[in-house]
Amino acid sequence: MKADLILRVMAKLLIPFIVLFALYVQFHGDFGPGGGFQAGVILAAAVIFYALIFGLADARRVVPESLVEALMAVGVLIYAGVGVAGLLLGGNFLDYFVLDPDPVHGQHRGIFWVEVGVAVTVSGVMLKIFYMFADRGGLEE
Amino acid sequence: MAAAVCVLARTRNLFSAIVLSGIYSFLMATVLVAMDAVDVAMTEASVGAGISTVLLLGALYLCRSEQSKPLRQVWLPLALSVAVGAVLMYGTLGLPEFSDAHAPIHTHVVPRYLKEMPKEVGMPNVVTAVLASYRGYDTLGETTVVFTAGAGVVALLRRKRRQRDAPDAAKGAAR
Amino acid sequence: MNAVGSHMSLGGHFTYFVTVFLMIAGLFIVIARGNLIKKLIGLGIFQTSVYLLYIVPGKLVGGTAPIISPAYTEYTNPLPHVLILTAIVVGVATLALGLALVVRIREAYDTVEEDDILLLDARPGRPAKASSLR
Repeated sequence: MKADLILRVMAKLLIPFIVLFALYVQFHGDFGPGGGFQAGVILAAAVIFYALIFGLADARRVVPESLVEALMAVGVLIYAGVGVAGLLLGGNFLDYFVLDPDPVHGQHRGIFWVEVGVAVTVSGVMLKIFYMFADRGGLEE
Repeated sequence: MAAAVCVLARTRNLFSAIVLSGIYSFLMATVLVAMDAVDVAMTEASVGAGISTVLLLGALYLCRSEQSKPLRQVWLPLALSVAVGAVLMYGTLGLPEFSDAHAPIHTHVVPRYLKEMPKEVGMPNVVTAVLASYRGYDTLGETTVVFTAGAGVVALLRRKRRQRDAPDAAKGAAR
Repeated sequence: MNAVGSHMSLGGHFTYFVTVFLMIAGLFIVIARGNLIKKLIGLGIFQTSVYLLYIVPGKLVGGTAPIISPAYTEYTNPLPHVLILTAIVVGVATLALGLALVVRIREAYDTVEEDDILLLDARPGRPAKASSLR
């Protein structure tokens, strides 16, 4: 019970920082190393950490399966949506410079939304795969 | 890293093999930082040493097997691997040397990316800009691949364990 | 350009030797080990050696990471980084699918050793149904 207590306290302290770091890596990907993939994986790792310490049932209440499945698909749709937006606004598919009167700003916007889409899909898929593996064996901890 | 891989090849305990693969991934991430590939190192450390290890441990728990059987005959695969390695090494002798500034890899498209980047995209991280803007199609394909892998795992491992009736069992076993 | 490329000095090609060694180590694990999970680990080692194969030639010794800043003029080639980033994520996707298949094989055949699976397959009749109800 004592060891359990230490783990729970440490997890409660660490998980917010892991989520914050994931968001930092995501939005700072323009200026330093980072970007969508790393951020998605770190976010999924935070939730997996939570599931390992507090049990799968608790994790499912915080991040339900339907949300994870929706995240998986929504990310790809966001990415394709940016491409289609480029089509609708007059350029080719996945053209960013038409998204804004200032082409450089259009690139920024396009890249931002594309990275968000990538991070959402990657975190959703990693989490879903973990849920599937853990669920199959009746993994309780 | 070579030492880690050799021990991994020889060990029979699967749990230690998985831990060694995590160590190998971290060492690979360190080497990548030494090669100035910081984005790749971060991805390799988080994905290779993090998610891969978690998935392997999960699969190990589900398969419930700790020891792998000893190998009876090792000479033929070893000879084959060494032969392939010798051919590959002979092939790499024709490749450019380490840190050769005149190698073709540095001359075609990359100087254009590096020069035009501040004007066209205006963000300092070249890798993200190339990934999302100049090579955006590849990233779209990759996101789709990740999604497909998730969908595939869902299709393979959908929960039907306990009250499984006979037609489902037959369907699941015949897949 | 031709004159520089035809030098056969060993020191310049040492990194290729390391890459090839890791590659054949991964290949050996895939061929020679019977356990399916170990084969997947060996495949992962093979994949990481290919990452090295792409990234190492891109490095310039005087340069720095490809993040543009006014203080540096020489940058390491960012194009392999982009390709390998994609390759890493696709690699973990294939690993996940492979492991899902191994789990299903385990449930159907009750073993993950390749030799046992081939023996079980060679026997007439399907032994799968009995042991898949767990």
